[in-house]
Amino acid sequence: MSDLLAVTPNGLYCAAGDFYIDPWRRVQRAVITHAHADHARPGSDRYLCAAPGKHVLRTRMGSTAVIDTLRYGEPTTMSGVEVSLHPAGHLLGAAQVRVSHRGETWVVTGDYKLQADPTCEPFEPVRCDVFVTESTFGLPVYRWPEPAAVAAEINAWWQANAAAGRTSVLLAYALGKAQRLAALLEPTIGPIYAHGAVMKLVEAYRASGVRLPPIDRVPPRSRRVGGGKGLVIAPPSAAGTSWLGRFGETATAMASGWMLLRGVRRRRALAKGFILSDHVDYPDLMRAVELSGASRVLVTHGFSDVVARLLRERGLAADVLQTRFVGEATPDDTDSDDDEAGP
Amino acid sequence: MRHFSELYWRLDGTTSTNEKVAALKDYFAAVPPEDAACGLTVLCGAKQLRAVPMKLLREWAAEAAGLPLWLLEECYAHVGDLAETLALVLPETFPTEPQAFEQPAADSFSLSQCLAETVRGLKGRSDVEKRQVVEATWRRLAPRERIVWHKLLTGGCRVGVSRTLVARALSELSGLEPAVIAERMMAATIETAEDFQQLLSPEPTAADGLRPYPFFLASPLEAEPDALGEVTDWQAEWKWDGMRAQVVRRAAGVTIWSRGEERMTDAFPEIVAAAEQLPPGTVLDGELLAARPECLLPFAMLSRRASRKRVTKKLLADIPAVFVAYDLLETAGADLRALPLSQRRHQLLDLLPVAFDRPPEPRGGGTAAGDCPGPEGQLFHSPLVVGRSWEELRQLRAEARRRGVEGLMLKRLGSPYAHGRPRGDWWKWKIEPLEIDAVLHYAQAGHGRRAGLHTDYTLGVWDGDELVTVAKAYSGLSDKELVEVDKIIRATTVQRHGPVRVVEPTLVFQLAFENVSRSTRHKSGIAVRFPRIQRWRRDKQPRDAATLADLEALLAQAAGRAHHEGTKDTKKSSS
Repeated sequence: MSDLLAVTPNGLYCAAGDFYIDPWRRVQRAVITHAHADHARPGSDRYLCAAPGKHVLRTRMGSTAVIDTLRYGEPTTMSGVEVSLHPAGHLLGAAQVRVSHRGETWVVTGDYKLQADPTCEPFEPVRCDVFVTESTFGLPVYRWPEPAAVAAEINAWWQANAAAGRTSVLLAYALGKAQRLAALLEPTIGPIYAHGAVMKLVEAYRASGVRLPPIDRVPPRSRRVGGGKGLVIAPPSAAGTSWLGRFGETATAMASGWMLLRGVRRRRALAKGFILSDHVDYPDLMRAVELSGASRVLVTHGFSDVVARLLRERGLAADVLQTRFVGEATPDDTDSDDDEAGP
Repeated sequence: MRHFSELYWRLDGTTSTNEKVAALKDYFAAVPPEDAACGLTVLCGAKQLRAVPMKLLREWAAEAAGLPLWLLEECYAHVGDLAETLALVLPETFPTEPQAFEQPAADSFSLSQCLAETVRGLKGRSDVEKRQVVEATWRRLAPRERIVWHKLLTGGCRVGVSRTLVARALSELSGLEPAVIAERMMAATIETAEDFQQLLSPEPTAADGLRPYPFFLASPLEAEPDALGEVTDWQAEWKWDGMRAQVVRRAAGVTIWSRGEERMTDAFPEIVAAAEQLPPGTVLDGELLAARPECLLPFAMLSRRASRKRVTKKLLADIPAVFVAYDLLETAGADLRALPLSQRRHQLLDLLPVAFDRPPEPRGGGTAAGDCPGPEGQLFHSPLVVGRSWEELRQLRAEARRRGVEGLMLKRLGSPYAHGRPRGDWWKWKIEPLEIDAVLHYAQAGHGRRAGLHTDYTLGVWDGDELVTVAKAYSGLSDKELVEVDKIIRATTVQRHGPVRVVEPTLVFQLAFENVSRSTRHKSGIAVRFPRIQRWRRDKQPRDAATLADLEALLAQAAGRAHHEGTKDTKKSSS
């Protein structure tokens, strides 16, 4: 019997239900786990996403895209195949896709995390037979510190910069991480500003009902915004560009899971790196596999071969799901808008 | 350990020189002198003991972390730093056992105590005992401290500060001149509290009697020399391909110092014996070379000689060493460094009247018949290379490879003997390197700043349809290119052997090197000296890269033999 979901040249396909999950080419029906560019691509006839993610997906797919939504947990049927979306905890509206047909259930996680995030619904474990999981940080060296502790570290850093009259520049990817950070900041320290690319999504988050502290767009060519007390959230591609020159004296830091590695911090010439990721770390990945109850696991996006081997050694039927993302996740991407996924 | 680990992370977290000096000052001011001495030794990159084999450490850590060993190896390949990898996988806290290890407050576990008990103290102990100490120490240290300790334990604790910076911090702390500190740091072994106090002592110390002078280093000349002004203001010498060294003859005896400020005295007894004949209070700057009376020997042989702890009679006879002096820094106990070079040179020639001049070793080993042996002895001065114009010097420099030297040194006749690498007075004008286009064959992740990026490249040339490796190269690309190449490597990997990836031949690099010789180290049967990547040849297809025959031709040229002779034995070595 062939698999319920299989990789085709267009992407992960459900033949029985005739739909794709996060296809990389234009298709008729695309179920989207979340709006990052390596998962949601424009041009398909119809999109289906979780209701809280509609505004965000709209900013990415354009005003004419046809976007259907489902509430989290609400089932629908596509050509006789049962489909429902469940919170993935990755960012606003991110969903795991549950696909059930003839008594067999698959769950495709998309990107996910188990950590708390004030800007989205927490990850919901969903029981299944086959669990398709990402593995961006699927090595045991990746163990995230508590987000509350990281938030305290970020605020202390900002406070110290403000006291020294330096503007703080926090590099983070425009969708998801930037808004999560904004929600963790202590607005009494000083004014918060955002790069235009970040601001567009801040507005989409607000339109979706997420509460964020007051954030201003960076005024054109102003020096020392906020009198050296401010904090600017900018995408990593802004690092080292003249755009940052307008802030006078700055201290720059980056928030990403890759910041856990000393070599990556040094390579990016960052004096400060905050370890904050929207992907599962290794212990949570192992936990998620366990919570799924799946007897078969397909691993994708990242350290797939390592995680698959480990799960096999632990008695599960595990394999690498060969997607077109053959390149592994790397700590050096600045062009992708998901902070951490590979190209 | 807390103070030292804090220092380590403060140094790691900044690129500012002032911040680094401040961190060093805070450290030296905060710790007792015995710790300061230990810290200084580590900071200066002294050779460290590898107390526990890496392999065992990995096994113990894997077990403590509950991971299979292969998974730990995968982590190491990704992180690129073993000390960090281990610290990242170990449990943050260990469950306390009933008969818990006696746990003093973390800050009472000083660096000197930690080194004595958990690093040096492990010498000669059984693996079981070592393991007990290692596991107990993991319990005592916080995760951030463990990284630093792992580095101490595996003998690889390198910190990103120069000795100059350390000397500056100690100078600011003590009020002594940085030069005095720097010289004392070179001369003395600083191990105990007393050593450290002596280092900062306002009075002259015993170390002052052995100390060499900080080396004056030449800068590479990147443009043509004509911009340096009149040729008559300059002195030219051969740039000998040996080891830069100072021979210090004082009343206390003779010491030989490498440029890396390590004592090499024991490795060169014949030089020591010869230098004992010099009047006390003499310091020479020059080059150690391996040379027989009739010819120079290749650098690799000198390197073999220098690395031996015990110099046997046979080694002394097989690889004799000489010292070729460039400069005289002290005579009759008087510091000459402020004098102009021309005057120092004058005095040097009075002291060592014999000039050194030898042809390179003929290829194929044995000495060609009819070569007349040069003068006997171990101490020489380096002769001048005389040219009446830059053009004449350019022509002489073109002979360098044939003469077995690296090029020319250009020194301003009026220059004092400075400290460090100030630009302007001393230039090294090396010969243009040899170049070939080679294809990336294997890649491995780098370390340190390059951790997790595939930046260690093994390059090959074509032998028919097969790539044969010729060199390993680590440097030469920009950070941006490294990232780009890393992505291509990941996408074109055809096989993985542990951390080494075999890649499809798609990337072509221009490889520069100083010389070629036969060697069994690489599959091509040829080794190149100082290989480095000059640029990424995006314009070239892999098929356009060099062949083994091209390398053989270079080898034949270097040997001064006819081209066809060189290519004949190609097939033998490559089959």
